[in-house]
Amino acid sequence: MAQPKTLFDKIWESHVVDVQEDGTCLLYIDRQIIHEITSAQAFEGLREAGRKVRRPEAQLLVPDHNVPTTDRSLPIENEESRIQIDLLKENAEAFGLPYIELNDIRQGIVHVIGPEQGFTLPGLTMACGDSHTSTHGAFGCLAFGIGTSEVEHVLATQSLIQRPAKNMRVTVDGALPQGVVAKDLALAIIGAIGTAGGTGCVIEYAGKAVEDLSMEGRMTLCNMTIEGGARAGLVAPDQATFDYVKGRPMAPKGAAWEQAEAYWRTLPSDPGAEYDKEVTIAADSIEPQVTWGTSPEMVLPISGSVPDPSGEDDGNRRRSLERAIDYMGLEAGQALTDIRVDRVFIGSCTNSRIEDLRAAAAVARGRSIAAGVHAMVVPGSGLVKHQAEEEGLDAVFKEAGFDWREPGCSMCIAMNGDMLQPGERSASTSNRNFEGRQGPGGRTHLMSPAMAAAAAVNGRLSDHRQLL
Amino acid sequence: MEKFNTLQGIAAPFPMVNVDTDRIIPARFLKTIKKTGLGKNLFNELRYNEDGSEKPEFILNKPAYREARILVAGDNFGCGSSREHAPWALIDFGIRCVIAPSFADIFNNNASKNGMLLIALPQETVDRLMEDAEKGGNARLSVDLEKQQIVRPDGEVIDFDIDPFKKHCLLNGLDDIALTLQKDDRIGAFEEARKAAQPWA
Repeated sequence: MAQPKTLFDKIWESHVVDVQEDGTCLLYIDRQIIHEITSAQAFEGLREAGRKVRRPEAQLLVPDHNVPTTDRSLPIENEESRIQIDLLKENAEAFGLPYIELNDIRQGIVHVIGPEQGFTLPGLTMACGDSHTSTHGAFGCLAFGIGTSEVEHVLATQSLIQRPAKNMRVTVDGALPQGVVAKDLALAIIGAIGTAGGTGCVIEYAGKAVEDLSMEGRMTLCNMTIEGGARAGLVAPDQATFDYVKGRPMAPKGAAWEQAEAYWRTLPSDPGAEYDKEVTIAADSIEPQVTWGTSPEMVLPISGSVPDPSGEDDGNRRRSLERAIDYMGLEAGQALTDIRVDRVFIGSCTNSRIEDLRAAAAVARGRSIAAGVHAMVVPGSGLVKHQAEEEGLDAVFKEAGFDWREPGCSMCIAMNGDMLQPGERSASTSNRNFEGRQGPGGRTHLMSPAMAAAAAVNGRLSDHRQLL
Repeated sequence: MEKFNTLQGIAAPFPMVNVDTDRIIPARFLKTIKKTGLGKNLFNELRYNEDGSEKPEFILNKPAYREARILVAGDNFGCGSSREHAPWALIDFGIRCVIAPSFADIFNNNASKNGMLLIALPQETVDRLMEDAEKGGNARLSVDLEKQQIVRPDGEVIDFDIDPFKKHCLLNGLDDIALTLQKDDRIGAFEEARKAAQPWA
């Protein structure tokens, strides 16, 4: 009998073009998504070497990181931003690559529009010059975040030079409690394994709580995989995956669909497949999570308190806790629900899809944001925005005092002017609470969309379940 | 890319753990369309006050370390964003080698594509090198990639491991893309077979 294989093994093996004597592989990459921040130097490299794009139809270009989320009929004020966005379009035209314009309704965050367009499919390999490319693993698609040199490598050769990753499985048994969602699960897992817990590994998420997640939830979970240090995240494709993909503009149709689906059903890990690393988590023990510090692993249940660094024996770790508490303007032992916020950001490739906006709107409905708080909702794509407006969610947000904006990465990466001022504190549905991530001196607390909406309403970190 | 053979220079102690790429080069400096010029904003928030003046207490602002060529750093260096601007900024400043207990995967790849050597060593060994680094200009480290050795100021030799393919590329300054294009036929054959078996892919 053949050796049982993991989902990762199956996708990997079906994409190996060549293996060198030292074990280094040349891995075929089926698809690449390209945005304005990490591609200019790659196209410049191609030009300098006189190289072409090997497979133009396997690329998809869209501006997202540095785009304004305000009125798009106005010119982009910041000159550097405008140059960068114009250059993406110029490169698309010069190399003959598929491109979605800033004012196209399909424009949005790379990791929202890939799945939305059916560009992301099970069993494929994918790359993008963005670490959150792990998102696409929700579809059982092996997706790597890469740097600019590798973007150029994929453009020129449709492949990447890699060594096989280790197999790691995170099994989440049981069911998540009411009001506990994929973001809480993702943060709880990072809290458990640490921010380098997945280094060198591809993490496969398994167990009933993962199977029960919607595709949006699986995308949130896989998105945060990079915050646990892993190369990619994966969830086995199942009926929920096929239902989401079917009928998408770039998904296979007719006989090709039948053939594809039959293949996709062979992808889940075989019984008895072995993993290099295994972690098991009980879903029913998870509460809504918030980060208190400056690394995603500095996370606690909302009922918790800021930790006391004096309990940490390792000197480097203790200094890092002390520094985080100082930077965040907190005190050891302070209850998390006593932390007041200035700004609320609902958006990012982690949490800007329709289900996320519905969850936040359910909390905001009929309520008003607290005095002195500025809250913004930034949909993940033009299509998400359109659907939310069809459902009347924009009206719910606006009536509650939220700012309803155009799609993009916005205050997750704070490049486009959407940013915190020094000392300001945000409740944010994004993925990174690093020092200065949302603006120099800004302080970020990560949480789910419903928790962020509750923070907006109460003006402090809160358990959204008390507002249900 | 630039070759890496040997390097002798001042090592700056940077004991912080989980140094993320936002810290190495904040996102607002990613609006550039060039690879050069990022060195002045390396570690921007740690290095400068809000008015743009230097923070004298920051390690790379101290006279002894302004010419540092090596960083001795804490665990999980380079985590977070995939921005290659992080190694570009380090190199533009003059750092060609980082020694730490571990590195984040994407940063590790990005560094090696730019002629930068990352050396992972056990924490106790990094701690000893950190002590050397604390001595500033009086204690230079020597790195020899061919021999896979670091020589401490007291003459002690520390061996290190490196992926053989990365070593080969660094020593010879090889362009990955040129190497892969030598396998163009195999990529073509793979594509043909894939198109037949999985036409939707």
